[in-house]
Amino acid sequence: MPGVAGTGGEGMLGKDTQEILIQAEGLELWRGERCLFRDLCLALPEGAVLHVSGANGCGKTSLLRVLCGLSEPEEGEIRWRGQSIRHCREDFQLAFAWLGHLNGFKAELSARENLAFSVSLRRRTDPEVRNNTLDQVGLCAVADLPCRVLSAGQKRRLSLATIMLSAARLWILDEPFTNLDAKGHSMISEMLDRHCAEGGAAIVASHQELGVEQRYLQHLEMEDTG
Amino acid sequence: MSGPLSGFGVVLARDLRLAFRRPGEMANPLLFFILITAIFPLGLSPEPELLRTVAPGILWGAALLSSLLALDLLFKSDYEDGSLEQLVLSGHSLPVMVLAKTLAHWMVSGLPLVLIAPLLASALYLPAEAWGTLMLGLLLGTPTLSLLGAMGAALTTGLGTGSALLSLLVLPLATPILIFGARGVDLAVQGMDPVGPLYLLAAILFLALSLLPLAIATAVRISLD
Repeated sequence: MPGVAGTGGEGMLGKDTQEILIQAEGLELWRGERCLFRDLCLALPEGAVLHVSGANGCGKTSLLRVLCGLSEPEEGEIRWRGQSIRHCREDFQLAFAWLGHLNGFKAELSARENLAFSVSLRRRTDPEVRNNTLDQVGLCAVADLPCRVLSAGQKRRLSLATIMLSAARLWILDEPFTNLDAKGHSMISEMLDRHCAEGGAAIVASHQELGVEQRYLQHLEMEDTG
Repeated sequence: MSGPLSGFGVVLARDLRLAFRRPGEMANPLLFFILITAIFPLGLSPEPELLRTVAPGILWGAALLSSLLALDLLFKSDYEDGSLEQLVLSGHSLPVMVLAKTLAHWMVSGLPLVLIAPLLASALYLPAEAWGTLMLGLLLGTPTLSLLGAMGAALTTGLGTGSALLSLLVLPLATPILIFGARGVDLAVQGMDPVGPLYLLAAILFLALSLLPLAIATAVRISLD
């Protein structure tokens, strides 16, 4: 079964007093008759990216949904900065940003309105700041079009803008590269590098190389249990 | 941003804005309400005496059915585009947010029924003295219908097709509102004091307001798991 993450990326900048942000112990999840994972442990310190990889259908998305509290695991516990997320659900939810398969945008609202809504659920921002971020992800020209007419890649870029503005310490991203072009790909890599340098952490499920600096990177290879 | 009510305004404003972007969908319940009440005199007889007697039942039955009409999409569209996940994970109280969604839904589907009711009542020869009772009853009853409907919608969101199931779930729970609402108007038509049924409608509304958001929030969480 998948082993313990938390190897690799040794000797990060010589600091050895890094705080463990999220920790999971003995996670077990069943879907019907099938065990997706059993006794799965991981610990992610600040300034690290955990790359979750594995074959299609091996439970990467399920693991991410368990970690962010959307699904309940059969066994095991998840701790946010040492405290079980059952007891600090609100603090935990404010501390991470989730990007799933679906972007969570309303087709009728414009890119600008969608971004404003998604961000305002978490914190107050100036329209100025939001415009800058839209510019950063290359959506300035289409910001006032309804999301319905945006391409899949453009919607993905808008999700990235939401993540950037979330001010979350932990990013949980499920296949963020889907539909993105090469430029979008390197944009995510840069985002992750910057996020780690600022003391954040990320868990990313992806089939592709993340392209982040080696010292930040950790791996979790999930096995297909068939 | 903190406090138990944070998130309420944000969600309410978004849902209202969305409703105004889909005017066709918004007009649906109202149109349905008008159509049902307009059809009955054609099928029965145009005699004022008869219509006056059946008007309370027709108006309330039509209101109940129309408020069920727009429920299907209440959570389903958010579920399908992923914004429901984002709401659940936003760190705000989920019962408060589903209450905001239900309020937005009522404002665009229930409130118009209340406002147009006197016009339809007059078409059914309901005496003007009973209009106040009708409007007050609908004002107290339609929010309860929206809350009950939201619970049914939340329970059926994760399922593929839920429309028929939704009606089956909600209709039995909604019958007391229909009975008390129509009874109140009936009493007012006969010149009696309708305050008893209205109090009951108010009591049911407050019971629903205090308990159902918790149930709806739990149903939403289950549908996402």
